[in-house]
Amino acid sequence: MSEIAISANNLTKKYGEITAVNGLSFEIKKAELFGFIGPDGAGKTTLFRILSTLLLPDSGNATLAGFDVVNDYKKIRNIIGYMPGRFSLYQDLSVEENLKFFATIFGTTIKENYELIKDIYIQIEPFKTRPAGKLSGGMKQKLALCCALIHKPEVLVLDEPTTGVDAVSRKEFWEMLKRLKESGITIIVSTPYMDEAGLCDRVSLIQGGNIMSTDTPANIIKAFNKTLFAVKSHEMYRLMQDLHEWDATETTYLFGQHIHLTIQKGNKSEIAAFLTDKQHKEVEIQEIEPNIEDSFMRLMSKH
Amino acid sequence: MSEIVIKVKDLVKKFGNFVANDHLCFEVYKGEIFGFLGANGAGKTTAIKILCGLSKPTSGEINVAGFDAYHETEKIKKSIGYMSQKFSLYEDLTITENIRFYGGIYGLSAKEIKLRTADLLEKLNLTEAKDKLIKDLPLGWRQKLAFSVAILHQPKIVFLDEPTGGVDPITRRQFWNMIYEAAHNGITVFVTTHYMDEAEYCNRVSIMVDGKIAALDTPENLMKTFQVENMEKVFLKLARG
Repeated sequence: MSEIAISANNLTKKYGEITAVNGLSFEIKKAELFGFIGPDGAGKTTLFRILSTLLLPDSGNATLAGFDVVNDYKKIRNIIGYMPGRFSLYQDLSVEENLKFFATIFGTTIKENYELIKDIYIQIEPFKTRPAGKLSGGMKQKLALCCALIHKPEVLVLDEPTTGVDAVSRKEFWEMLKRLKESGITIIVSTPYMDEAGLCDRVSLIQGGNIMSTDTPANIIKAFNKTLFAVKSHEMYRLMQDLHEWDATETTYLFGQHIHLTIQKGNKSEIAAFLTDKQHKEVEIQEIEPNIEDSFMRLMSKH
Repeated sequence: MSEIVIKVKDLVKKFGNFVANDHLCFEVYKGEIFGFLGANGAGKTTAIKILCGLSKPTSGEINVAGFDAYHETEKIKKSIGYMSQKFSLYEDLTITENIRFYGGIYGLSAKEIKLRTADLLEKLNLTEAKDKLIKDLPLGWRQKLAFSVAILHQPKIVFLDEPTGGVDPITRRQFWNMIYEAAHNGITVFVTTHYMDEAEYCNRVSIMVDGKIAALDTPENLMKTFQVENMEKVFLKLARG
């Protein structure tokens, strides 16, 4: 149906003996907000650098807006906005100077595309004369986003924009991405925060250079395919140890104030019986819906 | 309750006219896992540096592991362990070299270092990898090792500054199992994190907003007070003000 904005076919990149990106294939639609979710070392940055024409793949190919990442790199550089993981604006230029610099490089002006960045820029405008290096984490990230947007790119490539950023700024940032997506920009974003997966249209869960699954967050959760229990007692440390050693336990992971448990077979009453036997008090056992992190861990242990 | 290992009364730290820490008051108990949360720029790092004896407070009474934060900073440093996401181990040293280095710094005898190294390697399943350079280890292993090294000298308190950033979810939980174990053995754990589910693993949590402690309680009570179902929402309510 919709137009394909990004397509990758069997992309592979090795560094010496380490395969950073291992035969990745995917298609991303125009105006889709697509997330690559995975821990450090999963291959996210390598993949994003290949898609941004900053790194050559060893094999396989990829296109952005129909242009090949190797042969048409100059064309791609004009139509993408890239925000690298490490803050890479000019620290001793002011907020306004940085923005002007990026506008000029792309042969445009702040005025011409102001509408696109207005909502974000307004928040940092009070500090427009401050050197970029002296901004707080959240503000740096907003400025970097403005600079990546100032030439009105078709595709926005954001490498871990929210890493190390507090929960409040993270939430604001995702709200900005939603609005940008509605203006027709295709956005790919990587993150190690599993809870951010739910904010994407579709995601790829990536680990050790491999994509474990690509789907909508809802479908990924559906594929969990096992009853999940949230368990709690008055002594969480001992509960964790007891469940870990229980024969019937399949997986047991801490999750906030609960332990998420799957068992080989059986139901709630068997868990209750086991915990009574182990003298746990104030026991709570609930059947719950898994979240993306549950799904990620399940896929990890299968791979 | 039990023994107090960190006592902070009216801690103020100013940089020029800027008040980074504005009359902080809290106590941390032995064997407690204490979460120290706050938005970027709220003043967490400033406070941690003072508690670790790396920076002097402007005013207030601060006692860490029984020592005064103005005059006994060297004694504080010997009684605590520290690890962060950014700095943990020396990348160009092997696993055993790092352990030996830290053991030496904290004044353990060669015999003790040898014993504890063997224990630690076995516990982390790293005996075969013991001669590998740190830079060749996956991040998750590195962080688990860094934590073990930070408590090698059996400190009273260990400070963990975003210890699990970027780590995969399974390793993150293994890491928290180690934290629980340390606390169970009487080590006080003082931890910062941006993962709000981890805030719920703490016995008590303080949340800093603009240099002040805006809330301090058990996660359960905080959720009740703010009438929300998780710590993320508590955090958003407070920090968004």
